Amino acid sequence: MPPKMDANTIVETDEADKRELGWNNRVIKTAVRTVDRTEVARTVEKKIEVRDLSAYYGAFRALAEIQLDAYSNKITAIIGPSGCGKSTLLRSLNHMNDLTPNARVEGRILLDGEDINAPNVDVVEVRRRIGMVFQRPNPFPKSIYDNVAYGPRLYGLRRASDLNGLVEQALRRAALWDEVHDKLHQSGLSLSGGQQQRLCIARALAVEPEVILMDEPASALDPISTLRIEDLMHDLAKEYTIIIVTHNMQQAARVSDFTAMMMIDDHRAGRLIEFDETEVMFTNPKDKRTEDYVTGRFG
Amino acid sequence: MTRFQELIAANQASGRARRRAVNGVMLSLTGLATLLALVPLFWIIGYVIYKGGQYINLAFFTQLPRPLGMEGGGVLNSIQGTLVIVILSALFAIPPGVLAAFYAAQHPNTPVGIGLRFATDVVSGVPSIVIGLFAYAVIVKPMGHYSALAGGVATAILMLPTVVRTTEEMLKLVPHSLREGSLALGAAEWKTSLSVLFPAALNGIVTGFLLSISRAAGETAPLLFTALGNDRYDVGLIVKGGVAQHQSIFQIIQRVVDQPADSLPLTLWKYAQQPYPERIQQSWAVALVLMILILLINILSRLWVTSRMRRLRG
Repeated sequence: MPPKMDANTIVETDEADKRELGWNNRVIKTAVRTVDRTEVARTVEKKIEVRDLSAYYGAFRALAEIQLDAYSNKITAIIGPSGCGKSTLLRSLNHMNDLTPNARVEGRILLDGEDINAPNVDVVEVRRRIGMVFQRPNPFPKSIYDNVAYGPRLYGLRRASDLNGLVEQALRRAALWDEVHDKLHQSGLSLSGGQQQRLCIARALAVEPEVILMDEPASALDPISTLRIEDLMHDLAKEYTIIIVTHNMQQAARVSDFTAMMMIDDHRAGRLIEFDETEVMFTNPKDKRTEDYVTGRFG
Repeated sequence: MTRFQELIAANQASGRARRRAVNGVMLSLTGLATLLALVPLFWIIGYVIYKGGQYINLAFFTQLPRPLGMEGGGVLNSIQGTLVIVILSALFAIPPGVLAAFYAAQHPNTPVGIGLRFATDVVSGVPSIVIGLFAYAVIVKPMGHYSALAGGVATAILMLPTVVRTTEEMLKLVPHSLREGSLALGAAEWKTSLSVLFPAALNGIVTGFLLSISRAAGETAPLLFTALGNDRYDVGLIVKGGVAQHQSIFQIIQRVVDQPADSLPLTLWKYAQQPYPERIQQSWAVALVLMILILLINILSRLWVTSRMRRLRG
């Protein structure tokens, strides 16, 4: 995938650096974050563009004409009342909806400009590039090590030395390494709920995705674990593009750079009614329904 | 005082003693029922040990039967035959049963899935002697002779429904999120089934194997027309002879499975209907050996399941 970027902006310089410097770009990244947000937003590249997306379950239209952009190295939150299609939208982005019987998707989803719904697209490759973290921690009934190594092994990585490095790196990125490095061969199920969820994040990171989808990743966790996951998301946004579905308005306000508000229309199809920077969405939304929702008047 | 408060007061005064009494009665009744259910179980075990225990000695496990009128002798042929038939039927029933269960669990509403479920229900309702007859017709007749192989096929057909249904149920119990977690990493369906669903369901699946293996080991009727029985069946001798004649492992295996074999329930059935006291005594001892064998299989695999569970829970 050729990196496409204009030469002059801070962020894109950083993008280029990222490939060379790896972990050392933290400092630069942090600097970028402090730059005026709107300024940055206008200059970052679009990682995912959703165009006229409709999703159907049989004859029922669950999503109608969704337009959504997710920017590189930004956290995009999708909020809205229950049953408005947030999860369906998220699951459409990495072909997880294909697993539901009778489900079908229309419209385009561009990942770096390429339509992932095109007929000749390799679903496996899409799922590798767009990882997913689920609502409830779902570690496999295997050891911590094998959980993280599961993905890389799928792609043929077998040598222990390679795997060890990858597992450590993924666990470090998921802020779990310090807690588990001396018990990698214990079962993943022996961890606490919050640790399990970070293990699942590490598992997703191990296949080196570009985008991470999170479907209410903290809704099954206690407040402390939730905070850790949110901190982690901030760190991860330096490397990845993150899209999160959340019911928790404060969470959306705390972690995200952009927010998309969804509602169901008269035909019970989910529509995206407003999309903007999170600050704008929570302080000065254009749509009355968004305002009502974020201020807790309904939903 | 409102009406409700009066009721509460009355209840406090008189209700407590009555509640305790009713509680005591119900508890005793459930205890009694439990005892009643346990009585036949322990009665059988105790009676078999009492009747059979005195005739069991080392020779009983290590020697072939001796002709009537001779002291001693054992049922080595039956023990080995049972094991051979059980291994054969497990080989024939478990792999296809597990694969079929995977299909049924993943495609429950397709014609094949529905057909499979219907078929397993029908087969599990077929009397085992009919299955024995069937194996006689399709295996014994064409081959021209009785064999352990035919016995294995007959008991495998008996095991198949249990294996399919328990495996399917256990696979369905695996949380959907595990499957999605694997697929979301880009794993193929078969890979997900093999390396996530199967290990997650394995404890329950093994329990299903056990049930079916215990049933297969205890079946008599399907072996009547298939394994027939064989007083001189001795796997050790067959192997020794085969090695001495420099036969290949396949030839040896063929000689083990391609001749009539005895099994414990079959021997029990034959001995118990003979009018000779020593045979009757031996049939009790055979019953005890059969019980011990099945108990051993159960205990060993349960130990394995427990240790695996402990490992997984961490």
